[in-house]
Amino acid sequence: MDLYLPVANLSVNALVIVLLGGGVGFLSGMFGVGGGFLTTPLLIFYGIPPTVAAASAATQVTGASVSGALAHVERGGVDFRMGGVLIAGGLLGSLLGAGLFELLVAWGQIDTAISILYVALLGTVGGLMAREAFTTLRAQLAGLPAPARKRRHHPMVANLPLRWRFYRSGLYISPLAPLILGVIVGILTMLLGVGGGFIMVPAMIYLLGMGTQVVVGTSLFQILFVTMATTMVHAMTTGAVDIVLAALLLLGSVTGAQVGARFAQSVKPEYLRMALAAIVLLVALQMAVGLFIRPPEIYTVQ
Amino acid sequence: MRRARALLPWLAALLLLPVPAAAQGSDPRLVPDVSSRAIEIQYSFTGEELLLFGAILYPGQRLPDDRADIVVVLKGPVGPIILREKQRVAGIWVNAASIRLRTSPGFYAIGSSRPIDELVDERTAAIFELGLSNLSMSPTGFSEAKTLARFETGLIDLYRRMGLFYENPAAVEISEGVLYRARIPVPARVPVGTYRAETYLISRGRVLAVASRDVQIRKAGFERFVALAAERHGFLYGLTAVALSLMLGYSASALFRRR
Repeated sequence: MDLYLPVANLSVNALVIVLLGGGVGFLSGMFGVGGGFLTTPLLIFYGIPPTVAAASAATQVTGASVSGALAHVERGGVDFRMGGVLIAGGLLGSLLGAGLFELLVAWGQIDTAISILYVALLGTVGGLMAREAFTTLRAQLAGLPAPARKRRHHPMVANLPLRWRFYRSGLYISPLAPLILGVIVGILTMLLGVGGGFIMVPAMIYLLGMGTQVVVGTSLFQILFVTMATTMVHAMTTGAVDIVLAALLLLGSVTGAQVGARFAQSVKPEYLRMALAAIVLLVALQMAVGLFIRPPEIYTVQ
Repeated sequence: MRRARALLPWLAALLLLPVPAAAQGSDPRLVPDVSSRAIEIQYSFTGEELLLFGAILYPGQRLPDDRADIVVVLKGPVGPIILREKQRVAGIWVNAASIRLRTSPGFYAIGSSRPIDELVDERTAAIFELGLSNLSMSPTGFSEAKTLARFETGLIDLYRRMGLFYENPAAVEISEGVLYRARIPVPARVPVGTYRAETYLISRGRVLAVASRDVQIRKAGFERFVALAAERHGFLYGLTAVALSLMLGYSASALFRRR
């Protein structure tokens, strides 16, 4: 079933896009991630212009994170103070990202920048996740208790001036740390169309040392607001949000997410994390290969 | 400006046309038409085929002894582009060089009854911009002729594979020496705007007559509404997109929870 995308200016097979959204949604429901890091590259592989792919993927992440965020709010799993600081940073970041985006487009380096960022981020995060999941699995197989990590924040964070109390996170740290984290993730959301959960969650645990019971909820809460802001910024600067594309993706992903969430309950979390790490590393590898081999199109028109 | 440029081939045609020595009525005329004056891009648009057809009117309705040939050209809106070229830099492929072209057509299709190089010499082909290699794209900023040629070849290759440039030396069918027809495929990703369908009557290396018709290609209905909203009302468009995704996300989870 062919459908014309009015902003991307090309016609796509609607079924393929819905299924793509469904697949990403399934994974995101299963692993509790937004899935933007899969949507953008997959859309680019399909032939959607990178700018439209990133902008529309951000819109889709909003829809994918709303139900999760609400559930966590009801359960009390959101540190609103921390979330607020992160969102403030995220808004700043998305504006900075918009400027960076325009600059990169003018230089003609936006595609390369997107690819390199993906390779670096997904490669690092995937590698870390794989190592952690592997260590836990090995310990379990050997019949040992999982090695406990001491919860504490990074010394760099401790050195920042000005301290606030974040009760729900159980922290007494400078708000500058989450603010900077928010800015970085906001920039990435703008450039890559990712919610940034896959950076936010590890950063919250390992850099800030937040209590794990509020990590996922707070991350989802910030993703919800920052992707909303990103959609707005994209709509007003690049004009690259394709509402038809976003709707198709959402149609697939919101249903896929529910199925995935159900499926996840029947699988061991360590295996889930291992699988997610493998997927993340695969995407990174695919992107890296794309950088090094001769691309099918040497010439591009702007 | 654009109008003036569009007129150029016409002026050229007037200059090149054999000055009617015998009488004014001795030149053949073309009566062209197209299958649709307006192509509307809507939700299921996957491209279309445009039929260019018409009649050749010879004075006194006498067919000449020589077989005349027909060339049809469908040309899209012309505009400035930046063409970038990827090169291998430190192992990875990045956009390393670029040129600006001031008058690059977003679509160009040419069909003829015989290969162009058998019909006219290079000079004539260049004057009338017949053939993909004869498009004048007005590069700005100076660069070597060799570089320029490389970029133009790259662009032609890219657009040809996207279906935006099309060349078919057997597209025109002439029946009884007076009626001609040609099908030109218009792909889904064509730029919107005013297109010009030109017909050339060529015999013995000379262009005897030129005629043209305008064709509008535009988005219509919902697609037009969305594209315009995205372009002109970014804020409202963004709000709508956000509201849509919130609504879809929320209603899906509510739906599944109830079960």
